Amino acid sequence: MTTLAIAANGLRKSYGDKTVLDGVDLTVPEGTIFALLGPNGAGKTTAVKILSTLITADAGDIHIGGHDLTADPQAVRAGIGVTGQFSAVDGLITGEENMLLMADLHHLSKAEGRRSAAELLERFDLTDAAKKPASTYSGGMKRRLDLAMTLVGNPRIIFLDEPTTGLDPRSRHNMWQIIRQLVSDGVTVFLTTQYLEEADELADRIAVLHDGRIAAEGTADELKRLIPGGHIRLRFTDPTAYQSAATALGEVTRHDESLSLQIPSGGSQRELRAILDWLDASGIEADELTVHTPDLDDVFFALTGSAKVPTQPNQPNQSKENVR
Amino acid sequence: MSALSLAVRDSSTMLRRNLLHARRYPSLTLNLLLTPIMLLVLFVYLFGDVMSAGIGSGGGADRSAYIAYIVPGILLMTIGGTVVGTAVSVSNDMTEGIIARFRTMAIHRGAVLVGHVVGSVLQCVLSVVLVGAVAVAIGFRSTDATVLEWLAAFTLLVLFATALTWIAVGMGLISPNAEAASNNALPMVLLPLFSSAFVPVDTMPGWFQPIAEYQPFTPAIETLRGLLLGTEIGYNGWLTMAWCLALTILGYLWSTVKFNQDPK
Repeated sequence: MTTLAIAANGLRKSYGDKTVLDGVDLTVPEGTIFALLGPNGAGKTTAVKILSTLITADAGDIHIGGHDLTADPQAVRAGIGVTGQFSAVDGLITGEENMLLMADLHHLSKAEGRRSAAELLERFDLTDAAKKPASTYSGGMKRRLDLAMTLVGNPRIIFLDEPTTGLDPRSRHNMWQIIRQLVSDGVTVFLTTQYLEEADELADRIAVLHDGRIAAEGTADELKRLIPGGHIRLRFTDPTAYQSAATALGEVTRHDESLSLQIPSGGSQRELRAILDWLDASGIEADELTVHTPDLDDVFFALTGSAKVPTQPNQPNQSKENVR
Repeated sequence: MSALSLAVRDSSTMLRRNLLHARRYPSLTLNLLLTPIMLLVLFVYLFGDVMSAGIGSGGGADRSAYIAYIVPGILLMTIGGTVVGTAVSVSNDMTEGIIARFRTMAIHRGAVLVGHVVGSVLQCVLSVVLVGAVAVAIGFRSTDATVLEWLAAFTLLVLFATALTWIAVGMGLISPNAEAASNNALPMVLLPLFSSAFVPVDTMPGWFQPIAEYQPFTPAIETLRGLLLGTEIGYNGWLTMAWCLALTILGYLWSTVKFNQDPK
């Protein structure tokens, strides 16, 4: 059996009568990357804040690195590193001073602190900017400094709240590489993201958070298997053509508003050819044909999208929803 | 490492951080210093003749007597002004992400606040020394203070600074931004104006006299005056001690409770 770095059971948190987390269970094995995926306002940041001891949960049993978070938060803090969504660097002092501040707070000796600071600044490509005030750094540099500060003292469990939000594509890929590197050293990473691509790219396991609950959890592949395979989409501009095609094709999903039809398909060349032949034989001329293979977006929309999704639990606070 | 040495170590790390801020961005401190120095110069050179005649010190237009009268008040006012800066910097600090980081680290819980308090008291002492130097330059002289009285005066200033600082830290913690902090801390600069700093309390309207007489600044000013110039201290010494103790405890409890609340 693998050891769990993070185990949370029945996490609840509400602000006033607004329920942010409504019974969330999470388990993250040591040495893996776990992604909490969800749209803005789903409760991702609240979950990170609770797990990283920043705020207290209303209910729930949490163990981080084997320590009970409620009973011994200081022991939890000693083993974790947190990079929040908003940069947690001291803008008034230089990058190097920020690093040395962290070293002091981790009670490293002077020499050890200097060595660790220089090493991390080098690793995050910040050596040239080390003597400049952190407030003058670009967004990407601030994030790197932020993460470098988190790594002082070698935390075994790292929380990253939307580590790449607002970064340009290049900085984002850099950040991905850094995160992969961390895990190769045996560190556990818990990250939140609203980018499906990012979760797909990095995470061993993904949980989709929606309305304060985990809507689905699994590997990227497992999640993709949750929804029906890919499809071919035919779009029409003429309503009559759309109607006759819909009748002729029979077993298809209709989208009347957009005048489009979805035909289930795995997307292989052979299948595509068969469908094209079938369309020709039926005398159907679509204005646009697109091949759609399933990705996490489909999972995401299927799970968090509209009310017709069967996995969505019946909310007890439905009346409140109606009032709004 | 024992809990105490951990607390001391983390607090001194936080103090170093605050002093680094103050050293790198001295404009706030200097701005706050300007007010008491301006007032000192203004009252002595512009209003000095009228004021000294008004309080009847030595009968004639003796400017040096009035300098002696207002310097203790100006020194305590300097402390009031400096702690406004503390409220502002605490409030600024709380909006920074780095405080959230500190909260998730295994450091002594009180270190952040203690760092601010010690830093603020040191700044108060420095400011008082600078304003005091200006006062001496324009003619202030202590008449008969012994070494012991100088020491007591210094202790008074430190205790008073500590008390006001803890209150200012609380004010900074409840303020959402720097402007609000500066507004909330306004009593710190206004109270000295309603004290015996510039004119004796018994020259004020009767209904106002009790307010002016018992608010924290007046007893502290009277005690400092007594120590440096040999005037009557009376019960003011004890009253000052009581105020310092009460404000320190109140400010400490208030600030700690506020800081330990879940951040927004």
